[in-house]
Amino acid sequence: MPLLEIKNLKLDFGFNNDALRAVDDLSLTIGAGETVCLVGESGCGKSVTALSIARLVPTPPAHYAGGEILVNGRDVLKMSKRELEKIRGGVVGCIFQEPGASLNPVFRVGAQIKEALKLHRPQAATDAEVRRLLRLVGIAAPEMRARDYPHQLSGGMQQRVMIAMALATEPKLLLADEPTTALDVTIQAQIIELLRDLKQRLGMSMLLITHNLGIVGDIADRVAVMYAGQIVETAPVRDLLRRPLHPYTRALMNSVPKLAGDASRLTTIPGSVPSLGAMPTGCRFHPRCAQRQSDCSQTAPGLVEVEPNRWVRCPYWNLNREPELS
Amino acid sequence: MKLLEVHGLKVHFPIQPGPFSRPRAWVKAVDGVSFDLASGETLGLVGESGCGKTTLGRAIARLVEPTAGDIFVDGENLCRMTESDLRPRRRKLQMVFQDPHGSLDPRMPLSEIIGEALDIHRLAHSADARRKRIEQLLLAVGLDLEHVDRYPHEFSGGQRQRVGIARALAVEPKLIVCDEPVSALDVSVQAQIINLLQELQEQSGIGYLFISHDLAVVEHISRRVMVMYLGKVVEIGEAKAVVQAPRHPYTQALISAIPVVDPDSKRKRIVLSGDVPSPIQPPSGCPFHPRCAMAELRCKTEVPVLREVAPGHQVACHLAS
Repeated sequence: MPLLEIKNLKLDFGFNNDALRAVDDLSLTIGAGETVCLVGESGCGKSVTALSIARLVPTPPAHYAGGEILVNGRDVLKMSKRELEKIRGGVVGCIFQEPGASLNPVFRVGAQIKEALKLHRPQAATDAEVRRLLRLVGIAAPEMRARDYPHQLSGGMQQRVMIAMALATEPKLLLADEPTTALDVTIQAQIIELLRDLKQRLGMSMLLITHNLGIVGDIADRVAVMYAGQIVETAPVRDLLRRPLHPYTRALMNSVPKLAGDASRLTTIPGSVPSLGAMPTGCRFHPRCAQRQSDCSQTAPGLVEVEPNRWVRCPYWNLNREPELS
Repeated sequence: MKLLEVHGLKVHFPIQPGPFSRPRAWVKAVDGVSFDLASGETLGLVGESGCGKTTLGRAIARLVEPTAGDIFVDGENLCRMTESDLRPRRRKLQMVFQDPHGSLDPRMPLSEIIGEALDIHRLAHSADARRKRIEQLLLAVGLDLEHVDRYPHEFSGGQRQRVGIARALAVEPKLIVCDEPVSALDVSVQAQIINLLQELQEQSGIGYLFISHDLAVVEHISRRVMVMYLGKVVEIGEAKAVVQAPRHPYTQALISAIPVVDPDSKRKRIVLSGDVPSPIQPPSGCPFHPRCAMAELRCKTEVPVLREVAPGHQVACHLAS
């Protein structure tokens, strides 16, 4: 049994005729010790998918129209409030994009870590354990830093505190929603190294959300690419980065300037991500797709396994493929 | 004569306990920066947050007052000029900002946002000429003519950034300071804006000072790249040379920290420890020495100056050869 299994998740905002579907028929599994990256542009539904795993999306305005999210075989969507409290920060730990906004500004960081311990591991809620956790995430002089308020720490240090807090409860699955987007590249490199080291030492699974394909290559085992609420491609990381199959994945990779690349012009994706209220018919990517066919605007393609472990939502993935990336 | 020449520019901000008390300390946001930029050239400016790159850009556009130093645009010193003399010359220098939402007035339709610049500099002599010029600008940045009466909230982030560029272009500037113009955009839209900036440069020969924290973007768009650390320039040179063979240990670490897409890359990563020190009390000697793996004794005492290590490639490091 996989640690996390999302089956045909459908998430709407609003009701009845006004409902906007943010996540449409999404399925994803994460095994024990596995790191999966969820990639996509803003508004594609990646954050709400991750938040749904701990059921942190407020309902209303959101509304689950179908599907299951099984954590250790139990459906999160059917859990009572008490069960959810155990899952949140227990089996499932979370870190978010803006560490400054996620920490409480009026409590010392040591006390905030201890609070997480009190809730989930009351017998371990000691100063010594707080210091051990801070040391685990690479904070020097933990006895002094534990007495700091969040504003006294830099962005990188705040994110380390957030990670320490998430680890306090020994989660089996860590949800990291763009954990390095607000940080500088040198600090980002520190945090990614830390996460990679921790998941190996602690054997955690991780769902990492990012829009940076470079980070994906650094840390992921498997990648799921989302576009407009749907997964359009999922594959083991090396296969996907070396030979992307879906036109969107390919366009996404080509539109990022590469270091020491020699292209004089970047390949662009025309237009912009469609809004939830104005989804194109048929394939949702077809208005922006460079290799669209005449029937792309009519039939919505399904996610099909085209090679072992490689799922693609495009019937024409094999059409005029570029030579393999070296 | 270069389009832009900057000599020994300093911007220091006072830290004052109260509005009338004497400053307790100074934040040396920009501390002795010199460089030049030719017309039609793009100079990339990179550095981590807090290194002073935005302050430098704003000082060049005279949006913050420089503490010391000279800025020459077309041979005229902007720092030795009264506000009334400065105003007509502001036409030459425009800015495009990072946040395309915060930098457009939400209560103005596009025709006003772009037309305001034309009115201030009296560039349109009749209502008809004004409308024609606005339409011409909209087309130049890839917006539809029917957008002219819409308000900023009706546009996506990429479209808003196009409006910001059209506004800057309205007064036919010679230099545009682009302060992180693509950082807030999705990657697919980012590529559109970068291509647009390059096309506009080819058509009209504008110079860009392109500020970004993303070295890959900067390398792509720039001919030369300048790297800042704690208010000082640590390396400047041809983009290819700086990115492929960086000489300063900080530039080396910065480049190695960028995650690469290729999963088989065998690149060695230099992970810098710690954070950027506070610019209120910068470290003695070389500002980078507390985080530098190669620091020697003299790095703690002697401040390194920019010196030429190869033609057109300058580095501020005692150890670079």
